[in-house]
Amino acid sequence: PLISWWGGVQMGPPDPILGVTEAFKRDTNPKKMNLGVGAYRDDHGKPFVLSCVRKAEELITAKHMDKEYLPIGGLGDFSKCCAQLALGADSEVLKSSRNITVQTISGTGSLRIGANFLARFHGGPRDVYLPKPSWGNHTPIFRDAGMQLKAYRYYDPSTCGFDFKGALDDISKIPEQSVIMLHACAHNPTGVDPKPEQWKEISDLVKKRNLLVFFDMAYQGFASGDIDRDAWAVRYFIEQGHNILLSQSFAKNMGLYGERVGGFTVVCNDTEEAKRVESQLKILIRPIYSNPPMNGARIAATILNTPDLRSLWLEEVHFMANRIIKMREQLVAGLKKEGSSHNWQHVIDQIGMFCFTGLKPEQVERLTKEFSVYMTKDGRISMAGVTSANVGYLAHGIHAVTK
Amino acid sequence: MSVFCEVPQAAPVAVFKLSQDFNNDQFPNKVNLGVGAYRTDEGQPWVLPVVKKVEKIIVQDGSLNHEYLPILGLPDFRSSASKIALGEDSPAIQENRVGAVQCLGGTGALKMGAEFLSRFYNGNKNTKTPIYVSAPTWENHNAVFANAGFEDVRPYKYWDAENRGLDFAGFLEDLESCPEHSVFVLHACAHNPTGTDPTQEQWMQIFKQSHCFRRKLFVFFDSAYQGFASGCLDKDAWAVRYFVSVGFEMFCAQSFSKNFGLYNERVGNLTIVARDADNLKRVLSQMEKIVRTTWSNPPSQGARIVSITLNSPELFTEWKDNVKTMAGRVLMMRAQLKAKLQGLGTPGTWEHITEQIGMFSFTGLNSKQVEYMVKERHVYLMASGRINMCGLTSSNINYVAESIHEAVTRVQ
Repeated sequence: PLISWWGGVQMGPPDPILGVTEAFKRDTNPKKMNLGVGAYRDDHGKPFVLSCVRKAEELITAKHMDKEYLPIGGLGDFSKCCAQLALGADSEVLKSSRNITVQTISGTGSLRIGANFLARFHGGPRDVYLPKPSWGNHTPIFRDAGMQLKAYRYYDPSTCGFDFKGALDDISKIPEQSVIMLHACAHNPTGVDPKPEQWKEISDLVKKRNLLVFFDMAYQGFASGDIDRDAWAVRYFIEQGHNILLSQSFAKNMGLYGERVGGFTVVCNDTEEAKRVESQLKILIRPIYSNPPMNGARIAATILNTPDLRSLWLEEVHFMANRIIKMREQLVAGLKKEGSSHNWQHVIDQIGMFCFTGLKPEQVERLTKEFSVYMTKDGRISMAGVTSANVGYLAHGIHAVTK
Repeated sequence: MSVFCEVPQAAPVAVFKLSQDFNNDQFPNKVNLGVGAYRTDEGQPWVLPVVKKVEKIIVQDGSLNHEYLPILGLPDFRSSASKIALGEDSPAIQENRVGAVQCLGGTGALKMGAEFLSRFYNGNKNTKTPIYVSAPTWENHNAVFANAGFEDVRPYKYWDAENRGLDFAGFLEDLESCPEHSVFVLHACAHNPTGTDPTQEQWMQIFKQSHCFRRKLFVFFDSAYQGFASGCLDKDAWAVRYFVSVGFEMFCAQSFSKNFGLYNERVGNLTIVARDADNLKRVLSQMEKIVRTTWSNPPSQGARIVSITLNSPELFTEWKDNVKTMAGRVLMMRAQLKAKLQGLGTPGTWEHITEQIGMFSFTGLNSKQVEYMVKERHVYLMASGRINMCGLTSSNINYVAESIHEAVTRVQ
């Protein structure tokens, strides 16, 4: 036949986040800045391979291991230390073995397995409540898995901060047994996190509403520089009795982006339930990719389980987080110097890789067209793309489009 | 009150349960003829020498980092992998109508293809389109297509148990009588689990008599053993290339798990042959969306290893040699097993052991005989009678031959 099967297939819309990078690449302006995709860059704007990763790779190479298939749930050593990292070594959940943690294809793969699991086994409503806004990919992931999406208020554009009252108000109306997604730290895309006292109230309310909590933790260590501090909300909720679902990514905090290292955890009532859940997770995983890739998980496990590599990692994560914090401070200082009359405190108050500048779409467009500063339309910038060399230029551009 | 208290215990995946049972068995002469991974004559896993070489190159290359790959994967990997399947000088490639998606192993490639078909083939979101898989087939085929939403996954006749060969007449029958627009999942070579492939003449007849074009059938090849079957890459790709040459738009799910020994790095490629470049472009753009909600972008290590190897003439030659080594050992084990069974005078015909090809052999043992093998002889094989030839070594082949002999003579 001369007619194609695919004549009716439409061109898919470009991915908004990755599309920014494509446009950036085409720009010939030497001063161009890519503040789109969220991968860490050093102060020279270069990708950063952590020393602990290189050292771990050397150790691994020396061991001459085989390449046999991993179990469906992944590398056991990895799953164990992945759960420990999130929950804390002294976690009661780990002691009673009432969690099941499987290795996944980074954060995306983890969320997708979680979504598939909910779609198949959650007896409650089909609705997953996301904060408004949330990571762009959350919605299609849950949708493709067969869930439906709703939202609760989260970001307050008038303060560029947390709409605590709005969040509580909306959460109080969520039907029982619905799923609520919470960003554990370094909210993406806003960088706005609840304070501990606010987390406590959210926990109480969520308990009262009998909601199923799904934490997305993609930035543990990367937000404050302290892995325990960044996991505080997750651990608090568990202590409060929430049997949570948890997605973890090691893309950012270990710089293992392309190796696809992640974990998915279900906290269950007891070991017996955890075993049943595990058996079903395997049934879900097998027809997608059979079993996960070894390389990144082996690197992560080596780092976490080798004391001096672990210490080195904690230092490096602290270093990366600190550079981000410094850039935030320098950006605000730069804006003041430019003579901006706006309040830019939120740039410092927000945390993690992203900053919701508060810029409107028209301002973003101007920033891109006139200054070759690339960012997503919602005004989000990746602080990782800011360096001491270009922070002044950025301040200048932002001031120019907002004065 | 847990949300998950109603979650039932799922049955374990059979092939992994078998390995588990094997591992727990204390019998000193136990033999594992279960899961499909290559073993040396010492019964050990084998990291290909060329892979070790390339891994060193990667570790020592300070310019490499761990950044995200593009959604569709490493470009050099995708194009070189497709060339392996279709041939260096494939007209379809020259006409710019071949594209690819780097996926997580062959499973991932099947998954992406299935998800695409369920959205865009034979209308929009038409999950009633029949998906035909061989009887028997790799057990995960059913789940991959069912999970992509397809409601009608059915068998096409394939294995003739009585004659221990291809039920060619039955195969043709199903091809001729299937509904229009049906999707056929074809094994490119080294059929899993039977090891029985159509001959080239039979492939040509399959194409002709099914009237695939007139009846609008879609061909989806599963190519998990290219090179591993005969030892020759081109020979093992003959069926795939033949269907491309007669003008099909099709998918080919490739796995580099076996032929590169990269099982746990999950290296796969979905090769897409489209009518023209424009259709290809739109298809790939939609593939991106599917990838994005499944794993965002694929893992880089394995793809790098394969890409570096395929794109370097010396390394490519060395790889082909490594592949011949593996295929050669399997062929030798086949010949020896048949000879020993014939030498023992084991009842039945054993020609199929050497007529079949690739990692697996459908011995023809029934489930009772298999149970005997496992329980009494501690020789582990699948209930279907499938054995992994790689599990045979010069040290255990006598024991295995004797065990088969006992099973056949003592158990009916």
